[in-house]
Amino acid sequence: MRYLPKSPAERREMLESIGARSIDDLFASIPEQFRLKAPLELPGPLSEHEIIEYFRARAAENSCGYTSFLGAGVYNHLRSVVTDSLIQRGEFLTSYTPYQPEISQGTLQAIFEFQTLMCELTGMEVANASMWDGSTATTEAVLMAERLTGRYRVVVARSLHPEYRQVLDTYTRNLNLQIQEIGFTATGQIDAAQLETAIDSETAAVVVQSPNFFGVVEDVARLAELAHAKGALVVTAITEGVSLGAVRPPAEADIVAMEAQSFGLAPSYGGPYAGVIATRDKFVRQMPGRLAGETVDTEGRRGYVLTLATREQHIRREKATSNICTNQALCALAVAIHLCLLGKEGLKELAVQNLAKARFALEELEKVPGVRRAFSGPFFNEFVVELPRSVKLVNAELLREKIIGPLPLGSFFPELTKRALFCVTETTPRAEIERMTVALRKILSKPV
Amino acid sequence: MTDRIKKARRHVSQNEGPIFEQSAPGKRGIELPPLDVPPVEARAALGSAYVRDGVEGFPEVSEIEVIRHFTRLSTWNYAIDLGMYPLGSCTMKYNPRVNEFVARLDGIATEHPYQPQEVSLGCLKILRMLLDCLTEITGMDAGTLEPAAGAQGELTGLLLIRAYLADTQGNPRKKVLIPDSAHGTNPATAVIAGYEVENVRSDERAQIDIARLKEIVNCDVAAMMVTNPSTLGVFEQNIAQAAEVLHSHGALLYMDGANMNALAGVARPGDFGVDVMHLNLHKTFSTPHGGGGPGAGPVMVKKILEPYLPVPVLSDKNGRPALENHRPKSIGRVRAFGGNFGVLVRALAYTLAYGPGIRQATEDAVLNANYIRKELEDVYELPYKSPSMHEVVFSDARQKKNGVNTMDIAKRLIDYGFHPYTTAFPLIVSGALMIEPTESESKQECDLFIDAMRAIAEEAATNPELVKTAPHSTRVSRLDDVTAARKPILRWKPKASSSASS
Repeated sequence: MRYLPKSPAERREMLESIGARSIDDLFASIPEQFRLKAPLELPGPLSEHEIIEYFRARAAENSCGYTSFLGAGVYNHLRSVVTDSLIQRGEFLTSYTPYQPEISQGTLQAIFEFQTLMCELTGMEVANASMWDGSTATTEAVLMAERLTGRYRVVVARSLHPEYRQVLDTYTRNLNLQIQEIGFTATGQIDAAQLETAIDSETAAVVVQSPNFFGVVEDVARLAELAHAKGALVVTAITEGVSLGAVRPPAEADIVAMEAQSFGLAPSYGGPYAGVIATRDKFVRQMPGRLAGETVDTEGRRGYVLTLATREQHIRREKATSNICTNQALCALAVAIHLCLLGKEGLKELAVQNLAKARFALEELEKVPGVRRAFSGPFFNEFVVELPRSVKLVNAELLREKIIGPLPLGSFFPELTKRALFCVTETTPRAEIERMTVALRKILSKPV
Repeated sequence: MTDRIKKARRHVSQNEGPIFEQSAPGKRGIELPPLDVPPVEARAALGSAYVRDGVEGFPEVSEIEVIRHFTRLSTWNYAIDLGMYPLGSCTMKYNPRVNEFVARLDGIATEHPYQPQEVSLGCLKILRMLLDCLTEITGMDAGTLEPAAGAQGELTGLLLIRAYLADTQGNPRKKVLIPDSAHGTNPATAVIAGYEVENVRSDERAQIDIARLKEIVNCDVAAMMVTNPSTLGVFEQNIAQAAEVLHSHGALLYMDGANMNALAGVARPGDFGVDVMHLNLHKTFSTPHGGGGPGAGPVMVKKILEPYLPVPVLSDKNGRPALENHRPKSIGRVRAFGGNFGVLVRALAYTLAYGPGIRQATEDAVLNANYIRKELEDVYELPYKSPSMHEVVFSDARQKKNGVNTMDIAKRLIDYGFHPYTTAFPLIVSGALMIEPTESESKQECDLFIDAMRAIAEEAATNPELVKTAPHSTRVSRLDDVTAARKPILRWKPKASSSASS
């Protein structure tokens, strides 16, 4: 087998050194009745060539050649060969968590730079080395707010990504946390009046996404005033990081939970991505996850270590701030590299291109009879329109034109049937936007 | 440097400060294609209350500077690609390159989790085949590929137990039993799952103590979490009896599958009484650790737990794999978008490469660990003599007499061209040296390691200071952890002195 670096003679030699007659001797500690007598029934073995063939065949059964208008937490953005080739350097790809700093300075400094970039991006003072994804980061942010406030109620915007809400529900169900949902108004923003009455002296956190699930930007400063007046913390979730190139960061929030997939990570049918938790310095000791910090060595040279580990499970066990161990380090590295490439000007230009594309697409859609914009609030690169008929049926017809249509909101929000969430990024060519609107016009003009 | 150091010698390593220190206005590393729709002005598009004028502190650097920066950084890391990485419990094995290639294919990397299942059949077939392989390897009945890492797998497993107990017994119970040799994630997870942790002492052979287990199991106990082989690399002889004891009290047996690299193809947890377990695909199934992640932590279960699996559940519809969201008894969703698919792709590529031959990998892993044990047991203390499987745990008892501890030996190993083994874990061994070579090491590499460890044992006796001040050949010497934690500097700031946080 090509991955195994031993000849049969070497195996025999090693067994002899050990004093074992056969390899089976080394498994004698497993009770006899549990030792497998027959080989497992598994496909393979396959050569490298056959493995590639297998996955190429699977790829061909997917959506190659289709144009997609899906976002909803996972975005198609330009990625770069530079990022992908750098993260495939074996020294990054095949190294472990940097617990031995003397031979992990590369990973540690890269994490330190990632943390810095996340602070600049989100307007927070400190960011960790990554969480599993945006949904678990949001949940961990809520648990952090609970620890910081000692309170048990959580007020959550209904416009928080529905799957993020589901994850929060799964985690908090057994922890005596009470979740209350707050609806949205005609702008698509959270209902501030309802929110104000919902926050009380037992509210640990107000959780709001911006841009929210409908693509609408929230007034986090105003929400923070309401929350802080009652001593509650504000958790802001961000699923579309690129928005931060043009949209004001949620600087008034107490904790930002972000999904950084938009920065150089492929959609990859759901992951791996990179979650982020960023917060204020004063809350750092209640943060989950790893942190890289700057220090010096015995000669006074600058170097980096994993620090504040007394928050973590391998030290604190059942008293840890979280059970997270493995995070998304390589994805965080990709994010850092991608953001360095983009730089200040590149990120801004990227964000503004997204604004332009989404506005062009909305204008084109609004020209189609029966289609109208559903929410009036400011939006980034996603928006909701109301169609005169079922989004699912429309999408089925669009699919025949090799177009993956917008997300039918009815599947997550029973009150929003016939509403469709479109996403348009810099990767969506104008010609495809036009082809989609032409197809839609044709579909909608047919009698039901 | 002594001539005993055979695997490594010094070479020039480039200096490189934080990338922000190379920034200058007007440089950039990516150029975007021109906009093909009418331009907009951000302030007008968003309104002045919502707009931002760019990210102030972002670096401005060119493509070549980014390439050099991160390449230089990379050269400061040790990696499996450079040699043996004997971290016990971490299973740092070779990460096949073809796995990286297939995970990046158009039609694999490009797929959106919400695209219609009609155009996702390839992804679904990959999930199906991987789940079928894992079912066969573990001897379990069903599973979920959703958890993002081992710790999330543990949480998923405990939530399944909760749901099952609440549903069938009307009470999720209160406690989870965890042996003192367990990974820290186990107790941390149990708390998040809403359970109290009761730590259970192992017997004098560091095995599950069945007599004690019988005493403490009662109707408050929901489950016991067991790592098998244990963190000492020893198979739990009494695992089936433990399962019986638990089952007779209506409790379940959870297995932490972190050490599955000792069992794949040889024995199946499903056969020795395990009700639910997780796998670390970034350990046993070779997906790259990437400096800390990403991983994936599939959870495999017996039939009784299947109704509670997190959504979406991989099922079959008209003979084709499909994702099912309507599961009334499900614990819900543990992560958005169904899981770390790209990691799952790599794990399947690994499994396909071996097929039934995966047993050979297990055998070689166990062979390497036992070979190292045999060649080092005369110089390092072996606190437990039970037969080792895929890893061996020594202690620093002999070297401590000269003031040299496990961390010192580990640091000295760096000078010899190796990554340290796991230090100071498991907690039941004072001054542990936990060594897991994996199957990826040749006899030559094992011999070099043995040679290095023996040389260090000599140094510890003859020149302890040399060991205690190691490493001597790295770009930085031992770093000041205490100051790092007391006055944390967690981000770069302009000007030479980054200001401290909290």
